[in-house]
Amino acid sequence: MSPEPLLNVEGLVKRFGGFRALDGVSFHLNPGEVLGLVGPNGSGKTTCINVICGLYTPDGGSISYDGRSIGGEKSHRLVKAGINRTFQSPRPFLSLTVRENVEVAAHYGDPKPGFDVDALLALLELDRFAQRPAAELNSAQQKTLDLARAMATEPRLLLVDELAAGLNPAELSRMADRLRVLADGGMALLVVEHLMGFIDKVTDRVVVMAAGKEFFGGTLADATKDPEVIRVFLGGGHHG
Amino acid sequence: MPDVAATIRADARNRLIKRVVLDTSIAAAVVIGMGVMRGVYSNELMLFNFVVFLALAQGLNIIYGFTGYLPFGYVGFYGAGAYGFSLVVMHLHAPALVGMAAAAAAALVLAVILLPLLRLSGAYFAIASMAAAQAVYEIIANPGLEDITKGPYGVSLSDVFAPAFSYYTALAILGATLLLVVWLRNSRFGMSLQAIRDDSVSAAMSGVSVVRGRTIAWLLSALVAGLVGGVFAWHISVFYPDTAFDLSVSIFSTVFLLFGGATTLCGPLLGVFILYGIYNVIGIAVPQYFQFTYGALIVLLVLFLPNGLVSLLTNRGIRVP
Repeated sequence: MSPEPLLNVEGLVKRFGGFRALDGVSFHLNPGEVLGLVGPNGSGKTTCINVICGLYTPDGGSISYDGRSIGGEKSHRLVKAGINRTFQSPRPFLSLTVRENVEVAAHYGDPKPGFDVDALLALLELDRFAQRPAAELNSAQQKTLDLARAMATEPRLLLVDELAAGLNPAELSRMADRLRVLADGGMALLVVEHLMGFIDKVTDRVVVMAAGKEFFGGTLADATKDPEVIRVFLGGGHHG
Repeated sequence: MPDVAATIRADARNRLIKRVVLDTSIAAAVVIGMGVMRGVYSNELMLFNFVVFLALAQGLNIIYGFTGYLPFGYVGFYGAGAYGFSLVVMHLHAPALVGMAAAAAAALVLAVILLPLLRLSGAYFAIASMAAAQAVYEIIANPGLEDITKGPYGVSLSDVFAPAFSYYTALAILGATLLLVVWLRNSRFGMSLQAIRDDSVSAAMSGVSVVRGRTIAWLLSALVAGLVGGVFAWHISVFYPDTAFDLSVSIFSTVFLLFGGATTLCGPLLGVFILYGIYNVIGIAVPQYFQFTYGALIVLLVLFLPNGLVSLLTNRGIRVP
């Protein structure tokens, strides 16, 4: 018997004026599972994350997390409930130190009592920058800090938005390993990514989106053989 | 790994203790210094005005330095405090300290009424807050309300006139405001406000309630201005609505804050001591040179040190209290 999904998205709709950025998207995510959300630019992947994490209010459909409806709930409440995210372009608090960036999340994000900020910094190899302003970190380090901020709230569901973009192969591999470790610990991850190698290494299955709709769900291997997926990604007339 | 974590933790704790001790020492030195000055310098009004601007610049620091909102109409809270104090003293013959409580309440009520302004940002917020302050002024100065506010004819509070008591009360308010800023600079709540200022979306995704944080900072900032306005009314005793709602109070406080450097404790202090010092040295005797010097200083600051004097050090990685 399959476990109860941690996240269940049904017919999600998000409109910006007359434009339907999400047009009835549905998928589910189980604890400890890594789901890849892939698709061309503008297909609605990041919008989907923004709606799930409460930055946008959905215009239709439903989102249930841990058995309760969360559509339109405030972000900071969702963080306390166990949902967090990373950003495509990292958004650290530039005037705070690296440690303070994580400390804010660890204090307000309601992790378990005794959560060790410094152990997390050491785990993610940010300890040597702990007292430096976040503004002094390079892009890859800021992405790691973004991940640390999210992890400091001890999420059960982590939404990962193009974490791999701009990383070199060594950093990519390290980041993929980190995400797999999180999933092995029971965290559910929704990973938006363009790098298929990264998706292949990290995810258990993928949902392919185009024009605000999901039209494929399954393994990445099956997706790469699906004529409709190929047509969407290559823009040609490859019909089955 | 635990050793590394323990080392970082111990280092962070030591830094925090040093910061709090240094910040508190500076706050204490300023308050004691201004207290001692009253005994050795005869121009009490000038000293009082220094205390007023030292507190107002820090009050503005709370909302601008920690959340990024710059209210040009900050004087509205100051004026509300002055009239909150005056109305209670005039009509209820209340003692001055009860008047101070009324000053605080008046500013807080106005701040609550103006909470929707926090939905705005940048120039829109700045201008809207100025319009709100002007609206309050128009109500207070309305001749039709002469029986209540004395309208444009001003108030006289000679019954409670007590220059020494009001001066030391102003010093106490300054001390409390400085300690509030020290707390904000070194507490997790202050850290969350800076997080909101840096990136409100990321702050929300750290579990911070952005609306709650901004609201508390707004109320604290208004409270400081209200108390300062109340003690101004008490110390001066005779004043007009034009004085209590004088936009130059906002402008001076803002310029002092920005000149020294927001978010720090020392920046606004430096801004007041240097710029208000210049104002008192040359501004009254030769106002034409003062205008020129002031204008030139501000232009140079905006061009070369947009983050204030303290950025001379912070740009070199030196932490300024």
